[in-house]
Amino acid sequence: MGIRRAAVAVLALASLALAGCTATDTGGDAAGTTEDGALTGSVAVFAAASLEDSFTELARRFEEENPGVCVQLTFAGSSDLVTQLVEGAPADVFASADERTMATLTDEGLIGAGATLDFASNTLVIVTPPDDPGGVGGLTDLASDDVRTVVCAPQVPCGAATTVLQSAAGVDIAPVSEESSVTDVLGKVTSGEADAGLVYATDALAAGDAVRTIEVPEAGEAVNVYPIAPLADAANPAAARAFVDLVTGEYGRDVLASAGFGSP
Amino acid sequence: MTAAPIRRRPPGPPRGRQGAAPLGVPGWVVALGAVGAAFVLLPLLAVVLRVNWAEFVPLVTSRSSLDALGLSLRTSLTATVLCVIVGVPMAVMLARTDFWGQRVLRSLVLLPLVLPPVVGGIALLYTFGRRGLLGQSFEALGVSIAFSTTAVVLAQTFVALPFLVLSLEGALRSVGTRFEAVGATLGARPTTVLRRITLPLVLPAVLSGAVLSFARALGEFGATLTFAGSLQGVTRTLPLEIYLQRESDPDAAVALSLVLVVVAVIVVAVAHRVGESSGRRLRGSGS
Repeated sequence: MGIRRAAVAVLALASLALAGCTATDTGGDAAGTTEDGALTGSVAVFAAASLEDSFTELARRFEEENPGVCVQLTFAGSSDLVTQLVEGAPADVFASADERTMATLTDEGLIGAGATLDFASNTLVIVTPPDDPGGVGGLTDLASDDVRTVVCAPQVPCGAATTVLQSAAGVDIAPVSEESSVTDVLGKVTSGEADAGLVYATDALAAGDAVRTIEVPEAGEAVNVYPIAPLADAANPAAARAFVDLVTGEYGRDVLASAGFGSP
Repeated sequence: MTAAPIRRRPPGPPRGRQGAAPLGVPGWVVALGAVGAAFVLLPLLAVVLRVNWAEFVPLVTSRSSLDALGLSLRTSLTATVLCVIVGVPMAVMLARTDFWGQRVLRSLVLLPLVLPPVVGGIALLYTFGRRGLLGQSFEALGVSIAFSTTAVVLAQTFVALPFLVLSLEGALRSVGTRFEAVGATLGARPTTVLRRITLPLVLPAVLSGAVLSFARALGEFGATLTFAGSLQGVTRTLPLEIYLQRESDPDAAVALSLVLVVVAVIVVAVAHRVGESSGRRLRGSGS
């Protein structure tokens, strides 16, 4: 266990060095506050891949408001991040794309009971290539064998939402592929390989003109709620708390809303 | 310390283990070699230690695991056959003929060796995909490669082919053309020379190249994920199944990883056997 933890720490340090945070702390330990109460040190934030644009903006804002603090962002699939955290990767804040992955961390005791806050939500939409080769008008069209539909596999958060959506709408989609991540689904649609795909509203918005988006009336039945929490053994608990406050506050909500997230 | 010129295989029939004279190896070479071996073996040991043995059998015999294993073996075997069919002529062409631009061609066809598999997948997508270079014509003929098992085989062949070409071309060059020249002066036609002299001489290299290709095809992940998609029993090979299971069931991912390691070890062991016995046969009957 000791060796494994050390190895993870070394890898994490290497990635920190590569990330190249420019803000220098005022010396001494990485955590804490100065005499006048200003935050110092660095804060490591692990966040779901779909949060990349919003959290990059929020980190910029946080460093502006707290010049003594450097935010280290790590983005990956929620399940990947949970694996890394359980194996001992050092982080101060974790923001997940669904409650299931967050529950793993509370079960492991890495996050205190009642410490999590829901801060955003995401729903599924249909995307097709701009020229719509499959002639897709709505969810029922995806059940046709003539429409090549790509979805997320049920094992990952967006796929779990897809399963719920199908039963809520009473539609049985026969996908040509079940991808491991929502970005893979989007890629198959933007490249024109697939006629349609089910992705998050935020991914469709970020894809811009590369896709045509169709809202699904039943999407409200399959909402993914995004929880955030400071880690129980955060090296910099004060800054972790402040970052969570920024994300769940008014500014955070505005940034997330403009990226297409719904309120929690 | 001057290194003796290294020639793994002298001209003529391959030399066996018993032919090598015992050489003294410097201690520091042994030490560094041990570090290298530990670097390779420790991660494998770490996987074995993480296996949940109580659940091992149900995990690896689940419907989805068996589908993935079966698909992997089928597609890798098909890809290996394709590699031999086009790879042997490619190696002969590169080793035995001389034409303008040959050097450039050699570097280009070996490119999949160094290309990140994801890039290979994107390249295949733009070739055989629905809107790709050739894919559009296929689509017009009613043949669709995207999301089919064919796409998996294409991805595997693409990444595995250089392994066969590279090892066979090296063998052809070191075997030399002496026997072929004799055969030709005795009136044998090019096809006869190839069939009766060249190929039997390099058979061990063909076999070991084929095994390398099979192993590479078995482990193919990036190009398949990018190009073929992932659907149980159709395109979801064992590496893709491991990648997906890791999301929800790490125990299953570890168990399947061990299966893949065991299959790879069996393949390597069989290859070694086949290579040695065919080498011995050649020595017995040759010159």
